[in-house]
Amino acid sequence: MNKYTLTHLRELEAEAIHIIREVAAEFENPVMLYSIGKDSSVMVRLAEKAFYPGKVPFPLMHIDSKWKFKEMVEFRDNYAKENGWDLIVHYNKEGFESGVGPFTHGSKVHTDVMKTQALLEGLSKYKFDAAFGGARRDEEKSRAKERIFSFRDKFHQWDPKNQRPELWDIYNAKVHKGESIRVFPISNWTELDIWQYIRLENIPIVPLYYAKERPIVEVDGNLIMVDDERMPKELVEKAEMRKVRFRTLGCYPLTGAIDSEADNIEKIVEEMMTVTVSERTTRVIDFDQEGSMEQKKREGYF
Amino acid sequence: MTQPIDIKAFLDQDEKKDLLRLLTAGSVDDGKSTLIGRLLFDSKRLYEDQLAALQRDSKRVGHAGEDIDYALLLDGLKAEREQGITIDVAYRYFSTNKRKFIIADTPGHEQYTRNMVTGASTANLAIILIDATKGVITQTRRHTFLVSLLGIKHVVLAVNKMDLVDFDQQVFNDICEEYKNFVAQLDIPDVTYIPLSALKGDNVVDHSERMPWYKGMAMLEFLESVHISSDRNFDDLRYPVQYVLRPDRDFRGFSTRIASGIVRKGEEIMVLPSRKKSTIKSITTYDGELDEAFPPQAVTITLNDEVDVSRGDMIVYPDNLPRIERHFEATVVWMDEKPMDPSIQFFIKHANNSTKVRIDKIKYKTDVNTLQKSEVDFLELNEIGRAVLTTNKPLFFDPYKKNKNTGSFVLIHPVTNNTVAVGMIIDKLSPDDLPSKISDQHRELIRKGQGLVSDSEYQTRYNQKGATLWVTGLHGSGKNEFAFSLEKQLFDMGATVVLLDGSSVRSGLSKELDYSPTDRAEHLRRVAEVCRLLNDQGIITICSFISPDQAIRKQVTDIIGEDRFHLFLMDASMEFCKKNKPEFYADETIKYVPGVDLPFETPEDAALKLDPTNNGKNPDLVIEYIRENSIFPLH
Repeated sequence: MNKYTLTHLRELEAEAIHIIREVAAEFENPVMLYSIGKDSSVMVRLAEKAFYPGKVPFPLMHIDSKWKFKEMVEFRDNYAKENGWDLIVHYNKEGFESGVGPFTHGSKVHTDVMKTQALLEGLSKYKFDAAFGGARRDEEKSRAKERIFSFRDKFHQWDPKNQRPELWDIYNAKVHKGESIRVFPISNWTELDIWQYIRLENIPIVPLYYAKERPIVEVDGNLIMVDDERMPKELVEKAEMRKVRFRTLGCYPLTGAIDSEADNIEKIVEEMMTVTVSERTTRVIDFDQEGSMEQKKREGYF
Repeated sequence: MTQPIDIKAFLDQDEKKDLLRLLTAGSVDDGKSTLIGRLLFDSKRLYEDQLAALQRDSKRVGHAGEDIDYALLLDGLKAEREQGITIDVAYRYFSTNKRKFIIADTPGHEQYTRNMVTGASTANLAIILIDATKGVITQTRRHTFLVSLLGIKHVVLAVNKMDLVDFDQQVFNDICEEYKNFVAQLDIPDVTYIPLSALKGDNVVDHSERMPWYKGMAMLEFLESVHISSDRNFDDLRYPVQYVLRPDRDFRGFSTRIASGIVRKGEEIMVLPSRKKSTIKSITTYDGELDEAFPPQAVTITLNDEVDVSRGDMIVYPDNLPRIERHFEATVVWMDEKPMDPSIQFFIKHANNSTKVRIDKIKYKTDVNTLQKSEVDFLELNEIGRAVLTTNKPLFFDPYKKNKNTGSFVLIHPVTNNTVAVGMIIDKLSPDDLPSKISDQHRELIRKGQGLVSDSEYQTRYNQKGATLWVTGLHGSGKNEFAFSLEKQLFDMGATVVLLDGSSVRSGLSKELDYSPTDRAEHLRRVAEVCRLLNDQGIITICSFISPDQAIRKQVTDIIGEDRFHLFLMDASMEFCKKNKPEFYADETIKYVPGVDLPFETPEDAALKLDPTNNGKNPDLVIEYIRENSIFPLH
């Protein structure tokens, strides 16, 4: 390697910074969707880098399904406060008030009402014309083909058959009123890249990613953590303490943990390199039907 | 478990590997997906549950019997899975401890040329697959041509299915020989030949024992070691400003990802298009200040002088300028389902700069299979041609061959907003084909004559300010009648006016131009230049031209100067015009009629809308307008 070569992490970083700045330059009202997860944490750091020494010129928005782990919400609020972020928290009021949740309504209805609908509501409410998401192409098959600037019609829908060609690093940011673009600055990162970057940059993450003794119930082969009193009693009774950690974070009843001893970042990366299970299997919602992520994405989900 | 100290050292090392982006070209039949699947599989990146899902899928829709179908792992979307072909660009990732790899996996058929071009645009290297039982076929030539067109410098010819030809060296040599002859006419500096069997795993990751005659590297070994870092352009500084960073009064930074060259603290730079010079005060990043930065780093620089810089400007070293022009030739790939309509002015996005562009001419198209050239007027989906283009404002560019980042652009449709075409700027310029032969560089030098009479002396003499009163409207709207009447009244009031209308200019100055959008644009450019000269000398010009689209009117405004340009719309309906000029509109042999076969864009920004049914009063309205706006009379 000669002196003018970047490491793969620095090259990915430069690519993401370029994408983030392009959105700030081309759109009137962008927003960064913040899920509190590790990918979001990386994306937020990249945004801070893009505009340093200035402040990031757009807000963060968290779509709160009201079923997130308590530690996530705590982390979110502290992080936004400490770093001076302009944070919008949006939830589906109607769904929340009618008591929609995964235990009572099942994962499909819950995800649709409290995540997809809530997201579309939030985006429409503030009239955002561009929304950053922390999705990566290696996560799931249908993501592998999605553009970095991914066009959404005025119903927020994605048409995989009719995507704009995207060449070099030239991004088409033209939209009509009401239409929008979802932007994925870390498209080309893998899960391993994310962990290596978190380690390299010392990025704070929710402690749930680290292995610890936690109250766990086994549901259909998934390790679900008892996080609050809304979990049905018959499940809570079966709970036992297990040393686990989470590879992805979402709604606690829909997010499976893995048995792990990895209680620091090096151990996590080591686990990553030898692991034989992909991360989305710990997400219960993907198993509803084959091609379900593609279906959800067409409907407007991230 | 490994000691923590070891894993730390290991990770420190692993974080330092570099990135290789590669393209795979070939069809499912050539075993392309099998090769990629195996690279992923054998490099231990194929996760256990993906494999489990794969075995489940294979039984239902698989095309490879009960064996594992590697292709299923790769084809993303549902509909495509059922058709059994990849129809978009899909990106795959794997890494070894030497490198991280991003594979752009693109389909092979001719109808997917645009997808392959897309995948090739970011690749450092291309793997072109050949079926050893078939040899070099049309598709091989097409893929190689596209790879060379997109400027990929490294090609691996992977001669696959060697197991089906008994690992015969002669078969391999013959194929290589034929390919060498073909590739000699293209521009690919580095070609490597590897015989392999993706299905059986020969020469994919490990060196095959069944081909002892092959002394070269196995595929993965080659990918890990091929030298790509010198492919970037470190010679010509091109810093296309992407974002102006102004967090407070003290800090004014210019951010971008460096396109090429090395930016150094303290060096003297020039800003384009203003040509103002300054020196670099700092190279700022979140991780601290740098003394120098290189592509593709994303940084922010500050300058020692207060120079006006905006997005789309380009910072360069004064002794190494890009080309600064509105006219150029490019290889254009048409990406849209709808064929090119050359009368449309597209948006062009180039090096963080954006403007309107028109396609003056397609010189020829190239058949992607035979490389034969043929004459055409427009391009259709997946066609590749050489085009002459003219932009509204100058671009700062280099030929694509020399600089991918400043030589590439995309065209965006003004109505649908789709990315309809992409282009690569060509080195040579043949000025004969260009509508304007004076480059903008020259124009700036000759722009302003050194007259001895000042603006205020003109104003005192003529009792007026030089200005252009421009009336737009459909043919038959009554704008000429209005213009003549206005001229007469102003003349009688003592103003110094010159009237320009379509017939007077077309009978001489624009004699060789027709009514096509391209020629119309040139015609109006000439009119605007005449107005500029006359306005400079304090004279009022009255112009009566259809001037049908916003972009053309914008260009006219730019030439004349916004403060001197006053637009009036003769607001006539098509019905009114047809009644007024029945013979003209009845004649179907007349082409390029705005409002009929060309759009007429009604201006939103007209100073006055004139009512054609009350044309006698219109001059008074305009006279009142110029009085209020202190154009005439001044006293």
